[in-house]
Amino acid sequence: MTQTVISSASREVVIGFETPFTVIGERINPTGRALLAEELKAGDFSCVEADALAQVAAGATMLDVNVGVPLTDEAALMAQAVTLLQSLTDVPLAIDSSVPEALEAGLEAYRGKALLNSVTGEEERLEMVLPLVRKHGAAVVAICNDDTGISPDIDVRFEVARKIIERAADHGIPASDVVVDPLAMPVGAMPGAGVQALELIHRLRTELKVNTTCGASNVSFGLPNRAGLNPTFLAMAIGAGLTSAITNPLEPTLMQAVRGADVIMDHDAQCQAWIRAHRAPAARDGRRRGRRRSRG
Amino acid sequence: MTEEYDDIILADLSDEELIEQMYDDLYDGLADEVAEGTQILLDRGWEAKRILDEVLVAGMTIVGVDFRDGILFVPEVLMAANSMKAGMELLRPILADTGAKPIGKMVIGTVKGDIHDIGKNLVGMMMEGAGFEVVDLGINVEAETFAAALIEHRPDILGMSALLTTTMPYMQVVIDTLTERGLRDDFTVLVGGAPLNEEFSQAIGADAYCRDAAVAVETARRFVEGTA
Repeated sequence: MTQTVISSASREVVIGFETPFTVIGERINPTGRALLAEELKAGDFSCVEADALAQVAAGATMLDVNVGVPLTDEAALMAQAVTLLQSLTDVPLAIDSSVPEALEAGLEAYRGKALLNSVTGEEERLEMVLPLVRKHGAAVVAICNDDTGISPDIDVRFEVARKIIERAADHGIPASDVVVDPLAMPVGAMPGAGVQALELIHRLRTELKVNTTCGASNVSFGLPNRAGLNPTFLAMAIGAGLTSAITNPLEPTLMQAVRGADVIMDHDAQCQAWIRAHRAPAARDGRRRGRRRSRG
Repeated sequence: MTEEYDDIILADLSDEELIEQMYDDLYDGLADEVAEGTQILLDRGWEAKRILDEVLVAGMTIVGVDFRDGILFVPEVLMAANSMKAGMELLRPILADTGAKPIGKMVIGTVKGDIHDIGKNLVGMMMEGAGFEVVDLGINVEAETFAAALIEHRPDILGMSALLTTTMPYMQVVIDTLTERGLRDDFTVLVGGAPLNEEFSQAIGADAYCRDAAVAVETARRFVEGTA
């Protein structure tokens, strides 16, 4: 079964078909967050620090790092952010940028095996990003669009994924180090986008046998109660075969959906994580105070 | 489903009642009803331009305000825009014959290197809803293509969209191209997209940054009315 191993200096995370779902915290991203953008521009990382710690505490097992602020030196910011985050937490990082120099700077500063976010099927991107992935022994997120755009036809998106995986192989990158993003488009603006994403996830898993990830909050764009819709999509996507998501672990309903899906998918042995998270508080003060030593 | 109310016969309504009903039908995205109402007004001798301004655009303005205020959501706005289109199809040939001018014209596109178009399409639809004529150049649009379209269509507004930090600097390339050709001051340049902000818009010499589709429409209106 396919496993994508991502690591920091001291910790490994396995994205895989038989392991608990991987939540990659999305909060360290200045898009749509004016305060974070202002801080980053001024070289102030206090918000980044707080976001990192809060997301890890909430259950993120990886963190996505995007420091794309207009009119800044994104490469320098990325290197600083990566170094800082690795001194704060041992969860592995996804280095996220559309600027190749920033990806490279992030990889150079990184200790461990990073997830590079991302490459697309666009010719220029493939030849810019894949050599970086190979050089640094990283894994990479592959987004299912190419030079012609994001196809509404999932057969086309499937073929883009296949092309990226083949091209990665040409560069010496195994398919197990390619995590495909099927692109979950907004259902409010594109009727059918939800069920299409589910179908594509299923095909990626059963036919290409790759790990998958997606930005799960895009689905609810333009709709009310997004915090209600996103967990629903995520649970269904996990059922279809999704193995990780770049999403917001600070949303309690979302983490609950992930934990619940782990139980249903049999990725939570004896439901232990679920029980730990939901045992009635009174029971904690009862008899089960600590582990009993075995006799003998 | 049981009907609780008798069907409203649009043709039995006075002009005033009919217009109120058409505002509701636009709001509810009822394309057939909007088309029917439009035809009735034409049959009653209303000028196409007057129907467009006082009924369809006025109705879509209500939709736009409620979208801006978070009362209506994207699928509802798309349905409303579609129902307006149903009315417009009846009016368009007449408007063309009589040489009636739209309130403004916009050329819009997603810049080179960028393939995101949901936001751009939403802006285009809302602008049409506001009575603008919209020329959509699609995605991955080169500066040369923008320049050629501006010369050909002579719009009031150029709208550019970008969703990536790598592609948004291309807006600067487009604006510089226009400046070199001495075209820059002929158009109002509006920019939008998730990674942008006001500061970036100023830095590249655009006229305004528009946070969302509703703001884009309001901003475009202010510019063509000369109140910006």
